[in-house]
Amino acid sequence: MSTGSIRIKGLSHSYGATAVLKDIHLDVSPGEFVAIVGPSGSGKSTLLSLLSGYLKPTSGVLERTGTTRTVHQADGLYPWLTVEGNLALGLPKLDAASKRRAVSDMVGRIGLAGFEKSFPHALSGGMRQRVEIGRALCGGTDVLMLDEPFSALDYLTRLKMRGELCRLLEDQPRTVILVTHDIEEATQLADRVLVLSERPASIVYELKIDVPRPRDVTAPGVVDATKAVLKAMGYEP
Amino acid sequence: MDTKHIRNSINSWLYPSLTFGTLLLIWWLASARGYLSEQFFPTPAAFVTGFREELASGSLFRDTLASLSRVAAGYALSVAVGVPLGMILGTVLGARLALLPLLNFLRSLSPLAWIPFAIFWIGIGHGAVIFLIVIAALPTIALSTMAAVAGIPKVYFRVAQDYDLKGLQRLTRVIFPAILPQLVTTLRVAMGLCWLVMVAGEMLAGNTGLGYLIHDANNGLRLDLIVVGMVVIGLLGMLCDRLLMFLTRLPGIRWGYDR
Repeated sequence: MSTGSIRIKGLSHSYGATAVLKDIHLDVSPGEFVAIVGPSGSGKSTLLSLLSGYLKPTSGVLERTGTTRTVHQADGLYPWLTVEGNLALGLPKLDAASKRRAVSDMVGRIGLAGFEKSFPHALSGGMRQRVEIGRALCGGTDVLMLDEPFSALDYLTRLKMRGELCRLLEDQPRTVILVTHDIEEATQLADRVLVLSERPASIVYELKIDVPRPRDVTAPGVVDATKAVLKAMGYEP
Repeated sequence: MDTKHIRNSINSWLYPSLTFGTLLLIWWLASARGYLSEQFFPTPAAFVTGFREELASGSLFRDTLASLSRVAAGYALSVAVGVPLGMILGTVLGARLALLPLLNFLRSLSPLAWIPFAIFWIGIGHGAVIFLIVIAALPTIALSTMAAVAGIPKVYFRVAQDYDLKGLQRLTRVIFPAILPQLVTTLRVAMGLCWLVMVAGEMLAGNTGLGYLIHDANNGLRLDLIVVGMVVIGLLGMLCDRLLMFLTRLPGIRWGYDR
């Protein structure tokens, strides 16, 4: 099992004069599933871009080990490649025969047998996200970044996708960072939930959830965690 | 194929045939009843005679071949240089800053303004017409390729970074396929442009070709041959566009039209 770790110390980031992130401290150990939630515009996506290496922080320390791949909100698949072609992108180092085997194995895992030759525009939103997750998991990625991966899907599909993600991670454990504004998604999936403040954002609340996965969305541990996170975000029913 | 499909494909032939048929009927009636004087427009019969005459003498074939080969050469050259140039402009800021104003200048300048120099430098004939086609098509192709590159969603580049597609691979496996659907549109527009410029170029800087056929017929007051030239040019232009349109059905391109 190869999984990466992340260490962030005193990290700040600003776009010109606009400070977005302020003094973030975060340690993610190998195999841990961390969810980051926060109000919109709080800098969740900026934090993810920094973690993925798309951006360089203005100041502070950010150390990563292992390879990182991001699953995007929508349209992260290359539309000119088939399901197979997109999955094969994740396996650049294999020879043709082992690549075919690995791709067909992943097609089975994500439940898309029969759709190997389909182009993304012919798939449903849920199927597309399954391919994207599969692509990101191919080839032994260490850190999986999930950037609101299910937010473009309907509620029931979202619930199903959470289950599928758990199943895939059980077979192939990874370090996972999930950025979402869906609190329930965070508490159902993560080992640890971090709450960001308004801009300039820092981590204002942290909750460990010691309930084994897969968890039901209505499990008491998940519901309690959801309540606690909502309260930390200032939501009073 | 279901019935709706069949009906659609019948209609796609039937409707245009009706349009052209009606126009022909109006032309024939107007000529026959004397509304359209032969001094202003040839009769259908004169057109057919002229067409046969040109066909029999072989000059229509020669002119068509001359025009087609010029368009093919000018177009191929413009695409071969314009597409890579546009991709460079779209990805390299320095190149964009340096060359964008020049390309916009050239694009705003009618290619026909170059005719004196084309004749002066290259002489009347093949080379001059090809030069005019290139000077018209190349800036257009480069600029719209650049615009297509600029419009590529950012997420594709992030994915490229995650999956280690760098340098040449990024260009050939991400940027190029991402712009292909728009490129086909560009290629169609550019083909139309080449066709327009070819006619004007041949009229003024050519000594063969369909444009020259019209020019020559004008000098000899052969209105029938002018129309022969016009019809052949229009039909061939349509055919070229049709051929390029087939590209949109390729699997690597279709996605740009289906969603």
